[in-house]
Amino acid sequence: MSQYLLLRHREIPEISRLEVYRQHGGFEAFQKAVTTMTPDQVTEVVKASGLRGRGGAGFPTGLKWSFMDRKSWPHYVVANADESEPGTFKDREIMEGNPFQFLEGVAIASYAVGAQRAYIYIRGEYQHIARWLDEKIAEMEAAGLLGEKLFGTDYSLRIYTHLGAGAYICGEETALLESLEGKRGQPRVRPPFPPTFGLYGKPTVVNNVETLTNVPLIVQNGAEWYRRMGTPDAPGVKIFSLSGRVKRPGNYELPFGLTFRQLIYEYGGGILDDRPIKAIMPAGASSSLLRVDDRVLDTPLDYVALRQFGSDLGSASVIVIDDTVSIDWVIQKTIRFFKHESCGKCTPCREGTYWMKHLIDRIREDGKEEKQVKLLLDVARQIQGKCLCALGEFSTMAVVSGIERFPEDFRETVLEGVPG
Amino acid sequence: MSKMVTLTIDGIKVTVPEGTLLVDAARQAGIHIPVFCYHPKLEPAGMCRMCLVEIGRPMIDRNTGQPILDENGQPKLQFLGKLETACTNTVSEGMVVFTQSEKARQGQKATVEFLLTSHPLDCPICDKGGECPLQDLTMAYGPAQSRFEYEDKIHLAKHVPLGDLIYLDRERCILCSRCIRFQAELVGEAVLTFDERGRSSQIVTVSDPPFDSVFSGNTTDICPVGALTTADFRFGARPWELKAAASICSQCAVGCNIVYNTRREARSDGRIVIKRVLPRQNEEVNDLWICDKGRFGYHYTESRARLTAPRAEGRPVSWEQALQKAAEGLRSASQKALIASGRLSNEDLYTLKRLADHLQMPAYLYTPIGGGEWVRRYGLSTGSDLSALGKGDAILVVASDLYEEAPLWYLRVRQAAERGAALIIAHPRTTRLERQAPHQYVLRYAYGDEGEIIERLRREAKIAQTLHEARNLVIFFGNEGMGLEQSESLAAACADLLVETGHAGRIHNGLIGVWPHPNAQGAWELGFQPIFDLQPLFETMDALYLVALDPFGDGWVRQNGRKPFLIVQDILETATVRQADVVLAACAYTEREGTFTSGERRVQRYYPAVPRYGDSRPDFAITAALGAKLGLNLEAQSAARLFQEIAGAFPAFKGLDYARLAETRPQWPPTGRADYPFSGTAQPNTQGMGKILSAVAEGTMTPLPPTMQKESLRPEEGTLLLVPIHRLFDAGSLLTPSALLHGRIGAPHIILHPKTAQEAGVTAGEKVLIEWEDRQAEALVKVEEHVPVGVGLVPRSMGIPLSRAARARLHLAERVR
Ligand SMILES: Cc1cc2nc3c(=O)[nH]c(=O)nc-3n(C[C@H](O)[C@H](O)[C@H](O)COP(=O)(O)O)c2cc1C
Ligand code: SF4
Ligand code: SF4
Ligand code: SF4
Ligand code: FES
Repeated sequence: MSQYLLLRHREIPEISRLEVYRQHGGFEAFQKAVTTMTPDQVTEVVKASGLRGRGGAGFPTGLKWSFMDRKSWPHYVVANADESEPGTFKDREIMEGNPFQFLEGVAIASYAVGAQRAYIYIRGEYQHIARWLDEKIAEMEAAGLLGEKLFGTDYSLRIYTHLGAGAYICGEETALLESLEGKRGQPRVRPPFPPTFGLYGKPTVVNNVETLTNVPLIVQNGAEWYRRMGTPDAPGVKIFSLSGRVKRPGNYELPFGLTFRQLIYEYGGGILDDRPIKAIMPAGASSSLLRVDDRVLDTPLDYVALRQFGSDLGSASVIVIDDTVSIDWVIQKTIRFFKHESCGKCTPCREGTYWMKHLIDRIREDGKEEKQVKLLLDVARQIQGKCLCALGEFSTMAVVSGIERFPEDFRETVLEGVPG
Repeated sequence: MSKMVTLTIDGIKVTVPEGTLLVDAARQAGIHIPVFCYHPKLEPAGMCRMCLVEIGRPMIDRNTGQPILDENGQPKLQFLGKLETACTNTVSEGMVVFTQSEKARQGQKATVEFLLTSHPLDCPICDKGGECPLQDLTMAYGPAQSRFEYEDKIHLAKHVPLGDLIYLDRERCILCSRCIRFQAELVGEAVLTFDERGRSSQIVTVSDPPFDSVFSGNTTDICPVGALTTADFRFGARPWELKAAASICSQCAVGCNIVYNTRREARSDGRIVIKRVLPRQNEEVNDLWICDKGRFGYHYTESRARLTAPRAEGRPVSWEQALQKAAEGLRSASQKALIASGRLSNEDLYTLKRLADHLQMPAYLYTPIGGGEWVRRYGLSTGSDLSALGKGDAILVVASDLYEEAPLWYLRVRQAAERGAALIIAHPRTTRLERQAPHQYVLRYAYGDEGEIIERLRREAKIAQTLHEARNLVIFFGNEGMGLEQSESLAAACADLLVETGHAGRIHNGLIGVWPHPNAQGAWELGFQPIFDLQPLFETMDALYLVALDPFGDGWVRQNGRKPFLIVQDILETATVRQADVVLAACAYTEREGTFTSGERRVQRYYPAVPRYGDSRPDFAITAALGAKLGLNLEAQSAARLFQEIAGAFPAFKGLDYARLAETRPQWPPTGRADYPFSGTAQPNTQGMGKILSAVAEGTMTPLPPTMQKESLRPEEGTLLLVPIHRLFDAGSLLTPSALLHGRIGAPHIILHPKTAQEAGVTAGEKVLIEWEDRQAEALVKVEEHVPVGVGLVPRSMGIPLSRAARARLHLAERVR
């Protein structure tokens, strides 16, 4: 069996060409779904496969599809290609390398939920990818894989790309929908969730690029086949975006259940200069910092595994931190990022990130005073549990975990040798 | 009837309809959950996070669908573990809510502390100080001290004009978006928005001209901080120094309920003057809103042109002398008439009518629109309420631009359409209502074809069906492009349509005249005859008694030789006053009490707000004194007694008196001091919501077959048809004293379609000379797409004395010179 399910271009370099993709079974799943399965049967297969969303929250994909309100039409599918989490670069590789498998996933999802229009919302910096996908979509249309009455059935589908304008918040699904509608990218109050009230107020499925790219193989090979990989909590494979102080950063497609030790040392080649590993951010800038010990390094990874350590796998953008890096520097980076990206809609996040930025800047410039550090921790905790969307919560993760788990990095200093 | 749901909030059991927001349910039970971004008239935004509470929901057994019980037999509750916003969660059966628990208080305190980190706390110089939700909620819920470093505070611009009327203080803004949502959701004009993001977010106006809305002032009432202030009131007074008087707006026929806030003012020679106008809640008339004309147009009451004493032959005289002189003039005239305007109260008009009858002279109502007779018979009747209209109902708007002519009707009609009412608009051009309301059918006709409007509505299958099937039908008619007679025929045709479709004489159904004045309907009810062209009267009469009108100022009467004896009663020194033989100085309606009958036939009381100016007197008292000189005994002291007489004499007014008009009914949302954070500073209604007149006896009579005179002019190839239109902000003598409105009023102008402008060889911004009949006037050219080709729209009361549609020629003013 081949090594890759998603990053197949690494084995089949020309798979981004339609005929090559088709030679390797491309679009058989879509045709099979449309011509031999009912939409509900497709949803059932995906449900049974245990596929969970790869955008961060890990929500069961088939279950999400089954929530689509059948009393309200039309339905839409939106692929979330906003990929803005610092440390995440997997969707980009999929779309650049194996675009048709992703597009086929979009098409199958659309069929499963009865959508005749699908949109791919792409972060502004990926303009070249949008143009690239437009070409691929045009090829699909020319080949009769998109358009009216597909495969001689009554099912019709069109896919459109849409570029964002550089806001991290537009990766949040409701802000994304607002932006797609041409409005300011700010999250909506949820509930109602998109499967009830989505694009233009109509039922909408929003799925991550990687999530959707799994779908064709699941439909083709069946749920059982998929479940054979990974863990019971998280069947299948995951692309880990590995970065930070490792020798070989990059995307690694691996089954769930592997350990950080394998990922970092076996695949990532270990830590730069062979220094000791200090901390891991498993989900990009939004992570709770893990203080690394053997238990952490040897835990088989899936969505529940990291909860015991007070962290989350999220989108599996693993940032590795060694002993040359001071945690207050990390926190300053994340706070600055979230302060810059806070959409400003709700008070705790808008004001809190601004406040935290002033505090961390002062702490790093004027020395680590206990009072200031404590206030920073208080402010972060005061933000928690009060925001309109998860970004506000994300902004506090590194702060709270960093101060709590790495107290030695916040001991009172009189401005000397702040590393970083 | 929707299903009822029972929940417990802070230990109190509350039963409310399913779908009610938790914050509203609590308020109905007397529990104030603190809010900033939530407003009961707007869609919840859930963004300020002030209304955080703890919500427990009964756990439901998946198999049985029944609540799971604990050992005590009580339903087990499930709490989310984090606080939730009361403004975005709807109630559900068995919900248990804590708004004051340790945890909830901690959340509310956190939000206040966060908000204050960016807030300048300049309460001592802030106009909102004393009536500010942020102040109040900080006192009630905030921390005593901030932990934020003062030097880290953000500093932003404090005097940003958002148009001529509203200023923004960016530091004070808490980014609640109420102003944005008010404009976008309620008015349908998204003229405000946020720019930037995060802590750099700021309110900006995106329209040209800026803040292009006639409802802008309302945003200052609902802004929960002193971020939005009016150019009129800012730095003018502290709220606690102000007294309040209930009144009715006199700027159009809607009859919005308002409050005049007054204070003794050094700059006004120590007189008590009006400092600002606030909306007064009347959910049957204006909800919590007023338009900018109503809010800012009151300055005429303190204009230098106010008449302070009577005059005869140009010299101040005593009241005795003036009345004597006037009485003689009337007595000795064989041909005489009385002309009054719809600005007068019912009491004034009734007194005038009595005098006219006594002297056997006609009593005329000076009005550009006819048809009030039909409104009297087929208008709304007791208990009707536009806010009751929605899905299944229809509203027809004919020949009227409600946005410019009666803004609150625009708002309420738009709301009804939002609720699902079918809106049918018949107009020769695109109006704002057409652009901004859903569920509409449009009938476009050419100027001059007004006689066919109703016939064409009948012929359009879809419209006809909608009209017939509507549960309720309300028809608004105006007079764009028409003279008095044509609009009268139009009204008759509309009444006919109401009868034909089976809507006549029913509650929530009827005809509404979009009169330019607050009490024109009162004049129709009291038996006045309409007149617009006064020139013939000036040429045939020996004496005229003109009350509250300025035909010379309007430019529609010209003196040629023969001059009748002129008695002019007014509050301002007008061009007509200058022609008078006797001038009788009336006080403004803000200085006395009385009633107006709105276009919806709602009789409403207003109360004295400020003392009388000089030696001026109420109109009814002046007329009664004049009557006394002519042997007629009229009530001169009490408006209330006069109203009793009216109620005795006119069946439609039967059973009404001042006490009944002062009655109020419970209203939602709650208003008043304790509810400023919830509903804004619109004032509670404690002094009367008014009463709609009953249907009159003739209510069931079939109207005359409409006989529209075909005298209206049509646009024709090669000529220009001038059409007078009504603009909210005009240069009339009552509005020009409000200096802050001059930007909105602008210069005299003519509006042309681009093609018409091109054919005439003129471009936008150029000055042209317009010539029609034997007249001419200069105007600036505006070019707008919505004007029909071959037509030039000329706003009324803007210095171009065009009284009705006319053919005209245009020249570039420069070229003429
Ligand atoms: C602040 C924020 C940023 C997010 N950014 C992304 C993103 O860039 N890409 C993505 O797929 N999901 C992102 N998400 C998650 C989406 O809201 C959503 O859960 C996801 O697209 C659902 O797809 P899935 O079920 O396939 O994971 C973000 C969420 C938040 C709160
Ligand atoms: S939490 Fe932050 S990003 Fe999310 S809505 Fe609030 S301000 Fe916007
Ligand atoms: S100006 Fe006032 S109403 Fe508008 S967003 Fe700011 S605080 Fe809210
Ligand atoms: S809508 Fe008419 S009555 Fe109401 S405030 Fe405006 S001018 Fe006055
Ligand atoms: S979030 Fe509920 S009032 Fe603002």
